[in-house]
Amino acid sequence: MAERVLMKGNEAIAEAAIRAGCRHYFGYPITPQTEIAAYMAKKMPKIGGVFLQAESEIASINMVYGASAAGMRVMTSSSSPGISLKAEGLSYLAGSDIPAFVVNVQRGGPGLGGIQPSQADYFQATKGGGHGDYRMIVLAPASVQEMASLTIKGFDLADKYNMTAMILADGTIGQMMEPITFEEEEIRQYDKPWALTGHEGKRPHNVVNSLYLKPEELERKNFERYERYKLVEENEAMWEEYMMEDAEYCVVAFGIAARVAKNAVVSAREKGIKVGLIRPITLWPFPKKVLEQAAQRVKGFVCVELSMGQMIEDVRLATNCKRPVGLVCRSGGMVPSPDEVLAGIENAVKGVY
Amino acid sequence: MAVVFEKPKSLADLPLHYCPGCPHGIIHRLVAEALDELGIEGKAIGIAPVGCAVMAYDYFTCDMIESAHGRAPAVATGIKRCRPDNIVFTYQGDGDLASIGMAETVHAAARNENITIIFVNNAIYGMTGGQMAPTTLPGQVTQTSPYGRDVNHCGWPIRVSEMLATLEGPEYITRVAVNNVKNVMNAKKAIKKAFQNQVEGKGFSLVEVVSACPTNWGMTPEQALKWVDSDMLPYYPMGVYKDRSAAKEEK
Amino acid sequence: MKTTQILIAGFGGQGILFAGKFLAYKGLKEELQVSWLPSYGPEMRGGTANCNVILSDTPVGSPIITTPDVLMVMNLPSLQKYVDTVAPGGQIYVDSTLIQEKVTRTDVEVFYVPATQLARQAGAGSLANMVLVGSLLENHPELSFDGVDNVVSSMVPPKKAAMIELNMKVLTLGREYGK
Repeated sequence: MAERVLMKGNEAIAEAAIRAGCRHYFGYPITPQTEIAAYMAKKMPKIGGVFLQAESEIASINMVYGASAAGMRVMTSSSSPGISLKAEGLSYLAGSDIPAFVVNVQRGGPGLGGIQPSQADYFQATKGGGHGDYRMIVLAPASVQEMASLTIKGFDLADKYNMTAMILADGTIGQMMEPITFEEEEIRQYDKPWALTGHEGKRPHNVVNSLYLKPEELERKNFERYERYKLVEENEAMWEEYMMEDAEYCVVAFGIAARVAKNAVVSAREKGIKVGLIRPITLWPFPKKVLEQAAQRVKGFVCVELSMGQMIEDVRLATNCKRPVGLVCRSGGMVPSPDEVLAGIENAVKGVY
Repeated sequence: MAVVFEKPKSLADLPLHYCPGCPHGIIHRLVAEALDELGIEGKAIGIAPVGCAVMAYDYFTCDMIESAHGRAPAVATGIKRCRPDNIVFTYQGDGDLASIGMAETVHAAARNENITIIFVNNAIYGMTGGQMAPTTLPGQVTQTSPYGRDVNHCGWPIRVSEMLATLEGPEYITRVAVNNVKNVMNAKKAIKKAFQNQVEGKGFSLVEVVSACPTNWGMTPEQALKWVDSDMLPYYPMGVYKDRSAAKEEK
Repeated sequence: MKTTQILIAGFGGQGILFAGKFLAYKGLKEELQVSWLPSYGPEMRGGTANCNVILSDTPVGSPIITTPDVLMVMNLPSLQKYVDTVAPGGQIYVDSTLIQEKVTRTDVEVFYVPATQLARQAGAGSLANMVLVGSLLENHPELSFDGVDNVVSSMVPPKKAAMIELNMKVLTLGREYGK
C-alpha cells in the first residue's frame, strides 16, 4: 500500500495532474489556488514539462486551447474572478470539441468578492459561463484525497468525451491538509487523430475550429455534441450516499458543505432523527436518478450551500418538486456551522421549509 | 510547355472570399510561398484570427486552428510550447493584434516566443464593415469615426512595430507594404526571414504588412494603393525596427 | 470514537501554522485521521493567524472547528476572541509571557506557559510555539511524546539541521508546564 502523506488540496491537484500525464500548465496567480501554480513551477522543469505564467487568465486559457489542439494533456487553474475571464476560452474549447482540464478553487463573489471559500460559481460551472450551447463535466471534491482522484478522473473524462472537465472546489478544500495516498494507476491514452501535429504530407490538413457560418451546419454540430453529452449523463454521474438506507429526510450538499452536513447528520441521528445525506460528486452530470429515487422515500430535502442557493434548483428539478426542499446557506465566504445545518434538518422535521 | 508561374502548394485551390482589390490575397500568397520555399508546410501549424482573415484555416493547407479574437499569440504559445519542432505562425489584423489582443501580442514578444506573426495593418476593421481601428489615422473617416478620427477624443493610432522594438524580447520586427511590385518583393523577403528565424530557433519575429482596404476606405483598388503611399506610409514608415541577430553580427 | 479539535491562534509570524502542521504530522505518524486548515489571505502577513487541527480515530467530517477541545493562544486578541468557544472540560494553553490576562472560566483546564520567555532562554526566541506544543503533548496520550524527533526532522529542511536540536529542546521545556 502506498504511503499516507499530508498534502494541501491544491498541491494534491497538481501532483495528481502530473501523474495523469499532464506536462503543460498555463496559469495566472490568484488566491486561494496559487499553490497549484507554485507546485507546477517547481516540478514541471524537472520532468520535461512546461510551466508558464501567462499575462492573464484570458491568455492562459487560450494557451490551453492551443496546447490541447496540439494533442497534449494540459490544464489551467484559477479562482472565481479568473474563471469569469476564462469563460471565453471555455466556450471555444467546447465549440471545437477538444479536451481540457480546468480547476476553479472558488472564493466569494460577485465582483472581486473576497478570498474565503464559496460555492457560488455553481451556476457558472454547470449552466454555462461562456456563450453558446455547451456543457462541461463538473467534479466536486470534498476531501484532499478526492482532489487527487477526481483530477485523474477529470483528465480521463475530458479525453474520453472531448470536452472540458472542471474541478469545482473551494478555498477550504484547496487550503486544507489531509492525509492522502497516491496509488499507482494505469493512465489510459486516447487517440487524437484531430490533433495539430503538422501533416508532414501524410494526411489532409487538420483544422481545429468553432466557426460555422452556415446555421444548418452549426445546428448539426450542436446536435452531435449533445448526443455525446447524453452519453455522459447516462454513464458518468457520481455521488455518495450516507445513512440513506432508512432516511426520512435527505440533506443534499457537495464539497465542503457536505463535510459540514455530515457532522449535522450524525448529530441529528443522535437526536433520533432519521436523516441521511446525498453528496453529488459530479455536478454536471447531476445525479438526478438517485435524487428522484430518494424523493419516493423521504419526506423532505435540505440543501446546504455556500451560496444563496444554486444547486437547490437542480434538486427541485431532479425531484420534480415532489417533496419540499429547504435551504441552509451562507454566502460571501462564510461557511455554515454543523449546528446551523442541524437547525435546518429540525425545521424540515417540523415541516418548516 | 514549361510552367513559369503557379499557385504555391501551401495555398489551397479555393476561391478566396476577400473583396476585389484586397491585398489579403497577395499576403496569403507570400506566406504560402515562404512555407513552400523553406519546405516547412508539413510541419507548419497556423492560427487564424477573428477579422477578415478568419477563414484562413481553409486557405492554408497546413494544419490550422481558429482562435478567439486577439488571442492568436497565446494559442500559438500553447502550441509551440508543446511542439517546439513544429513551425507555428499567426495571421492577424490590426483590430485583432493591436486592440483586443495587444496584451497577448506584447507578452508573446517579451517572452521571445519562437513564433512568426504576420500582422496586416489596413487601418480599419474590415470584417465588421469599416469601424475605427487602433491604427486608423488621425482624421480618417470610418463608420465609428464619422467626422474623422479625433485624437483628443479617442487617442492616437498605435505604431506597433516601433513599440514592440523597444522590448528586449523579440528577435525581428519589421514593417513592409504590398502596394507596388517592389514593396511586394521586399515583403516576401521579410516574411521568409521571419519563418527562417523560427526554423533557426531565433525567436519572436513579426512582420507588419501595411495593407489596404478599398471597400471600407471607399476607394477604388488603385486609389487605395496610392493612399497607402500618400497617407499610410508617412505615419507607418517601412523598415527594420529590430533585428537582434543582424545587430550582433555588425558588432 | 475519540476526536480532538485543536484551535491555534496568534499573530502571523509566530509559527501558528507550523505548530498546527507539527500536530497534524504527529497525528499522521500515530495513524490517526487528521485535518489541518489554515486561515489564509492578507492576514497571513502580520495580522492574526489561526489554524484548525482535528485528530480523530474516525474519518474527519467538517475540518472547520467551531467548538475546540483545545485552544492554544499566543496573543491577547486571540484569547479574547476564542475563550468562550472552548468546549466545557476543554483545555487552554496560554503563552503567559505575551498574555497577562487570566482565564475566568472555571469549566476548562488552563495551562499558563511562559513560552516566549522559555524559548528565549533556550536561545530560540522564535520557537515559543513549540514550547506550547510540548505542553500540549504531555496531556495528549493519543499523540504521545515518543517519536517527536522523527516528526521534527521530517519538517525541518536539512539545511537548518541546527533547528532540529533547538526544537527538541523547547518541546522538552514545554512538557514540564503541561504536567
